[in-house]
Amino acid sequence: MHIHAYEKIWLAFAIVLILLLLGSVTYGAVGPGVAMVADSEGQIDATALDEDERFAEPRVEQVGENHYAAYVVAYQFGFEPDPIVVPANSRVTLHVTSRDVIHGFEVVGTNANTMVVPGEVSEITVEVGEPQEYGLLCNEYCGAGHHAMEGKLHVVPREEFESSDGGESA
Amino acid sequence: MSDALEAEQTFYDEFPAESRVVRSSLLGAFLALTLGAIFGIIQTLHRTGIFRGIIASTDYYTLLTAHGVFLAISFTTFFLAGLFTWAVVRSLDRPLVNIKITWTWYALMAGGMTMTGVTILAGLVDAVDMSADVLFTFYAPLQAHPLFYTGLAVFIVGTWLAGADWFRTWLAWREENPNERIPLQTFMVLTTMIMWYIASSAVAASVLIFLLPWSLGLIESVNPTLTRTLFWFFGHPVVYFWLMPAYLLWYTVLPSIAGGRLFSDPLARVVFVLFLLLSTPVGIHHQYLDPGIAEGFKFISMTNTMFLLLPSLLTAFTVVASVEYGARRRGGTGIFGWLRALPWRNPAFTGMMLAGLMFAAGGFSGMVNAGMNVNYMIHNTIWVPGHFHLTVGTAVALTFMAATYWLWPQITNKPIYSSQIGLFQVVLWFIGMALMSNAMHAQGLLGVPRRTAEPEYSGFDYPVAFGGFEELNVQIAIGGTLLFLSTVLFIGNLVLTMGNPRVSGIAETLRPALSGPDDAPEVLDDLRIWSGIAVTLVVLAYALPLAAIISDGGLLGPGVGTYPVWIDAAAGALADVALPAAWSLVDALALLGSRLLDAVASGVVA
Repeated sequence: MHIHAYEKIWLAFAIVLILLLLGSVTYGAVGPGVAMVADSEGQIDATALDEDERFAEPRVEQVGENHYAAYVVAYQFGFEPDPIVVPANSRVTLHVTSRDVIHGFEVVGTNANTMVVPGEVSEITVEVGEPQEYGLLCNEYCGAGHHAMEGKLHVVPREEFESSDGGESA
Repeated sequence: MSDALEAEQTFYDEFPAESRVVRSSLLGAFLALTLGAIFGIIQTLHRTGIFRGIIASTDYYTLLTAHGVFLAISFTTFFLAGLFTWAVVRSLDRPLVNIKITWTWYALMAGGMTMTGVTILAGLVDAVDMSADVLFTFYAPLQAHPLFYTGLAVFIVGTWLAGADWFRTWLAWREENPNERIPLQTFMVLTTMIMWYIASSAVAASVLIFLLPWSLGLIESVNPTLTRTLFWFFGHPVVYFWLMPAYLLWYTVLPSIAGGRLFSDPLARVVFVLFLLLSTPVGIHHQYLDPGIAEGFKFISMTNTMFLLLPSLLTAFTVVASVEYGARRRGGTGIFGWLRALPWRNPAFTGMMLAGLMFAAGGFSGMVNAGMNVNYMIHNTIWVPGHFHLTVGTAVALTFMAATYWLWPQITNKPIYSSQIGLFQVVLWFIGMALMSNAMHAQGLLGVPRRTAEPEYSGFDYPVAFGGFEELNVQIAIGGTLLFLSTVLFIGNLVLTMGNPRVSGIAETLRPALSGPDDAPEVLDDLRIWSGIAVTLVVLAYALPLAAIISDGGLLGPGVGTYPVWIDAAAGALADVALPAAWSLVDALALLGSRLLDAVASGVVA
C-alpha cells in the first residue's frame, strides 16, 4: 500500500495531537488533582431517602478541620437544602442524590457539575473561595417543570456560617 | 435518437426499480426534515424568549423530543437508507436481489417511525391519553407511552433488514465476481452496517428487555444507570451512523464534482475500518459525570475516543488533497490559488465543502467534550447542542442537502429546478449555523444549560462575559431563523424539481481513485476479521462496567419509581389496553406492508 510522504507527516501530526490531548487530561488528574465523579458511594434506595441517615435531613456539616460535607437531594423541581450554605475558603464535598428521576447539578459559572441519578450518590469535592452567591441549576431534562428547577449556593464568611446553627442550613 | 442512445445512462435509466426505493427513502428523510425544521424554529424563538406565544413552556419538551427524534433518527437514517441503496447498486452494477424485501424494510422503518412520531405529538393533544416527553435519549425513570418504544423497535428491525438486503446483494455479486476487490462504496456501506449491528444491539436490548415491558407495567422498575449505559453504547456510534454516509459522499462524489479523483482508495478503506473498530467502545464518554461508573472505565473510554479522532483527521487530509487535485486539473495554480479554480457555483460542491469546514470546527469542540475532566465545564450546557449542530446539523445535514442537488437528477432524470436557489440555500445554512452554534458554544461557557424551555432563572444571573446572555440569545434566534428559511428553500426547490419533465443526457460519472483498490492489502476486505476485532474491543470496553452496574444496582434497579406519576397510576389500565393496541398496530402495519408489496409486484406504484 502506497502512502504519500505528506500523508505520513499528517498521520504523525494527528497522533501527536491525540497524545497531547490525552496527556493534558492525565496531567489535570494527577497534577491539579481533578478527580472524576465515580462509583465510590454505592447504591441507595431512592424511594426511602427519609430513612437514610445522610439524606433524611439534607444539610451541611463539618467533617474535618477545614472540610465540610453537603448532603443534597434533588427532586422534581428543586434542591434541598436551598440555599446550600458553606463557609468561605474551605473544602466542600458534595453528596448529591435524587428521589425521583435523573437530574443535573450545576453551580453556574464554575466547573462543579454532575449528573444526579436516582439510586446513586454523586460525590464531588470543590474548593470554595471568597464569599459569593452562586446560582444552582438542574441541567438534565427532568419533566415539564424542568426550567423552574433552581437553587442557590451561598459561600458565606466563616463566622456567619458558624452562627447559623452549626451549619444547619434551612 | 442516436444522441439519446449514445448518452451515458443515469442510475434511473439503468435501475428504475431501485431508483424508486432511493427516491422514497429520500422523500421520507425530507418529510422528517420539514417537521424537524418547524419544531426547530418554534424552539429557537421560545427558548431565546423572542416569542413565547406558540406553545406553553411545559409543551416545549414535546417539541424538543420531536425535533430530536425526527432529525437525528428519522431524517438521517432514511437518507442513509436511500443513499446506501444507491451506492451498493451503483458500485456493484447489479440490481438488488429481491425488491420485495427492500420494500418490506422500507415499510418497517416508515411504520415504526410513524408510531413513534404520533406518540410524541399526541403529547400536545390533551384529549389523547398518550405522550412521550422523554427526549431523544429517553432516560428512565421518565417514562413514555409503550407505543413510543414499540415504534423504535420496529424501526430498528427495519434498519437491520435493510443491512441484510445490502449484504445479500453483495454476496450475490461476489458469486459472479469471485476474485474482485469489493468496490469502495459497497465496502463503506458494509463496514458501516457491521458497526450499526453492533451498536444498535444494545439499545434494542434496552428497549425490548427493560423499557417496553416496564412501560406496559410488566416489570416495576428499571436500573437507570444500566439503561442509560445501554443507550450510550448505541448513542455514540449512532453519530457515526449519521456521519458515514456523509463521508461516503465526500470520498466518492465530492472529488469527481471538483473535477478530480479520490486521492487514495486504500486509505479510505483504512478510515472506514477504523470507524468500525473505534466508534462503539467509547459511549461511556457521554457518562463522564455519571455516578455509578468507576473513573478507570471513564479513562479507557476517553483513550478510545481520542484515537477516534485519527480517521477524521485522515479524512480531512484525503478530501482536501483530492479536491486540490481536481482544482489543479482544472488549471488552478499556486499555494492557495487553486481554490479559485473550484466549481463554487455548483451547490452540491459548495454545500459539501462548507459542511466539511463546519465539521472541522465541530471536531475541535468535540475534542473539548472528549477531555474527561475538561468536560466538567461544559457537560449538559448548551455548548453540547452547539457542538452537534456543527456535526450532525451541518456536516451531515448540509452534505445530505448538497448531495441531493447532485443525486436527485440521477435517480429521476429531472434536472434541479434552480441551482442558484440551491447555492443560496447552502450558503444560508452555513451562515445560520455559524451564528447559532457560535452563540450556543459561548452561552455554554457561561453555564447556560441545554434542554430547557426558559434558560433564564429568577434567583440568579449568568456571569457576564463577552456578548452577554441576551445578546447571544438574539444571535441564536437569528441563526435559527436563517436555518428555517434555508430548509424552506431546499424543500421548495425540490418540490419544483419534481414538476420538471424528464430529460436525457444528465448522467454524471464518478471517477475511480488515483491510487486504486489493488494497492490496498487484501486483509482490508476481510470483513470477518474486522467484525471480530470490533466485537472484542466492545467486550473489553463494556463487559466490566456493565457487570459492575448490574452487580451494584441489580438488573431492575435499586428501588426507583416511575415518572410522570399519571402513567404509574394508569399502568394497570394501560397494560390492558396498550398490548392489544400495539398488536393491532403491528397487524395493520403488516397489512400495509403486504398491500405495498402486492402493488409493487403488479407494477401499480409507478
